[in-house]
Amino acid sequence: MSEPQALLQMRGIHKVFPGVKALTNVDFRLFPGEVHALMGENGAGKSTLIKVMTGVYSIDEGSVAMEGHPISIHSPLESQSAGISTVYQEVNLCTNLTVAENIFIGREPRKFGRIRWKEMNQRAEALLKERLNLHIDVTQPLHFYSVAIQQLIAIARALNISAKVLILDEPTSSLDRNEVGQLFRIIRKLKSEGLAILFVTHFLDQVYEISDRITILRNGELIGEYMAKDLSRIDLVSKMIGKELNLLEELPKSAESKKFANQEVMVEASGLGRKGSIEPFNLKIHKGEVVGLAGLLGSGRTETARLFFGADKADQGGLTVHGAGQGVHSPREAIDRGIAFCSENRKTEGIIDDLTIRENIILALQATRGWFNRIPRKKQDEIADEYIKALNINPKNPEHLIKNLSGGNQQKVLLARWLLTNPKLLILDEPTRGIDVGAKAEIQKLVLNLSQQGMSFLFISSELEEVARVSDRIAVLRDRRKVKEIQEEEISQQEIMQAIAGG
Amino acid sequence: MLLNRKYVPVLVTFALFALMFIAGSFRYTGFFSLQVLMNLLVDNSFLIITAVGMTFVILSGGIDLSVGSVIALTTMVSASLVQNLGWPPVVVIPLVLVMGSVFGYIMGAIIHYFKIQPFIVTLAGMFLARGLCYVISINTITIDNAFYTKVAQTKIPLPGNSFISISVLIALIVVAAAIYIAHYTRFGRTVYALGGSEQSALLMGLPVAQTKIMVYTLSGFCSALAGVVFTFYMLSGYGLHAVGLELDTIAAVVIGGTLLTGGVGFIAGTFFGVLIQGVIQTIISFEGTLSSWWTKIVIGLLLFVFILLQRVLSARKATTIKA
Repeated sequence: MSEPQALLQMRGIHKVFPGVKALTNVDFRLFPGEVHALMGENGAGKSTLIKVMTGVYSIDEGSVAMEGHPISIHSPLESQSAGISTVYQEVNLCTNLTVAENIFIGREPRKFGRIRWKEMNQRAEALLKERLNLHIDVTQPLHFYSVAIQQLIAIARALNISAKVLILDEPTSSLDRNEVGQLFRIIRKLKSEGLAILFVTHFLDQVYEISDRITILRNGELIGEYMAKDLSRIDLVSKMIGKELNLLEELPKSAESKKFANQEVMVEASGLGRKGSIEPFNLKIHKGEVVGLAGLLGSGRTETARLFFGADKADQGGLTVHGAGQGVHSPREAIDRGIAFCSENRKTEGIIDDLTIRENIILALQATRGWFNRIPRKKQDEIADEYIKALNINPKNPEHLIKNLSGGNQQKVLLARWLLTNPKLLILDEPTRGIDVGAKAEIQKLVLNLSQQGMSFLFISSELEEVARVSDRIAVLRDRRKVKEIQEEEISQQEIMQAIAGG
Repeated sequence: MLLNRKYVPVLVTFALFALMFIAGSFRYTGFFSLQVLMNLLVDNSFLIITAVGMTFVILSGGIDLSVGSVIALTTMVSASLVQNLGWPPVVVIPLVLVMGSVFGYIMGAIIHYFKIQPFIVTLAGMFLARGLCYVISINTITIDNAFYTKVAQTKIPLPGNSFISISVLIALIVVAAAIYIAHYTRFGRTVYALGGSEQSALLMGLPVAQTKIMVYTLSGFCSALAGVVFTFYMLSGYGLHAVGLELDTIAAVVIGGTLLTGGVGFIAGTFFGVLIQGVIQTIISFEGTLSSWWTKIVIGLLLFVFILLQRVLSARKATTIKA
């Protein structure tokens, strides 16, 4: 073989969790000076494989070798000292510490055990300036900065370890276009310096833009390793999903002119606004209509959703829910008036880790009925089974703890929870973020089906293509202001992009 | 940004202390003297030492309810060994310090390895240590050992006709050492990181287990040292010494600006947190007609104010994230 020796070589990796085979006989290699994309649907075992590499989990079977020497990794510390550093999807830094500390903690420059703050701050500043082109005050606590900057700091931390392997787990999911470009420049630079980079993302464009090699996992098994240039997109997607399907194209666009203008208005915001989060805007949502919210990160998408749900108090204007009265001042009131909200923070604002699928589904319905009017267990089982089947939730066992589910399946459980309350308006904030292509298409389909049955949606997504596909009308936000409404017949990615860019 | 906003709670604590002292000085004759100020230290040196240990625990995101009982146990063991068995203090003092540290170490290990809430583990520790006092004796053991009485009576003269005790010296050394540990050692910074996010600290490859256990060991050590100082102060061992002190300690730490959720706070804040409690007591004793329970009332109100202050500050923090 003319191929160079692999830097990191994993062979026959097995990992079993109670009731779930997370990895079965998986081989994986990383080469120096290459960007390697790890692809797979939710639950394919990507996260598990990464956590094995980083020492969060230890393997049940199999071998790991670094530069030909077998190593065993039992803790994040051991993984780091073996030369593997990781930047996680959710920024895993301590926001109470300063920027400089977050980069250096555990490896602070010291003299006789005394931390040299001055040197640390200078080095942090230099590191950010030279390698990330980031000019910020490194003595401020991290929570002072936006998530995007926090992410770059996480990368700076990883860079600062003399790493041989850099794992980037969904690094781009919270970055805007410019920041992604900046990140890719950094990745290319590191690659040319001989680093082996493992890149995980759900954005296919990005995979093809940056990676040299692709490994595909499905259901905890290795499907194959390919050179990126030899693998077409269609092949990649079908190998990930495991069946030949063109889900994305075949979505029935409800374009058969539902004339919403004549439909009754479900929810109407007039002059709704809140200082510092979104300027006053008007927005009507008709019965059975999907209204998309498009805009860059920080343009006020989530803030708008929170106003609709009463999670933040509006200081101007008001919201009318058709047939249910004026004003929505609290989530409780919103729910009473038939508005449901699926937060973008699935982990912290959505699922309850230690409850089962069934209990998570039942939650909102039970809440609307009051806690003393318990839903009988038999009814609960019926409901859970029905929704597990309808939404194709995996695993099928309603008594499975939700924390052991993949992101896409957790999202479906959340959807089930709100669907069960039979809302008039369902607000979905980034419902497909961090979930795989297959589940994404399923969720989009579900939205379309439900809207045809008369449910209204406020659909927020940072993927233009997705917003364009799902929405009947799109409100575009820029800099915390609603700048445009794009009607059904004009919807296209270019149109949205132009509106977002302005001018 | 000018000065970091993180210093605001500490500055507020300090300002409050200064304000109270000045107010007392205007109101009562004889209040404004160096000795009154020094007496705050003399009377509260054991509380300062305990609160320093507690600050580390709270910074790490935990709590230690056993401190008062460990102090009582230390006085009891010291008294019985020195007084009843005639052991020399040079042996007894190191021994009780080790005992307190080991006690803390065990609690820390249970908290970490069995993943049990610190509240419940240290609550058990509190009952255990308090109970052990009565195994030794149910009565007060008075100490008339020469070394103890000598230390208790030694006055270190200061200019302006004032003095401090050896205990104050110990407390000040502890505070200085703690500031150094908190800000200039890896252990100290790891404690802050742990309080910020344990999950992150783990993923950053920080020695979480070791640090967490060390924090409780340190608190155990501080409590035992406070117990030694308390023994000098009271010259006796008794199972009812320092009852409820853990709550005074927590109050001092919170008034000092440390967040109960961990990750934010300063040793210096805690120091002034203790002094504020001292100054309230002094004012009430100068007032003469008020019952000492007024101390509790004022401290209760102050706690409310500080918790609200922290809430306001951290709410403002959240709005700056947009940046």
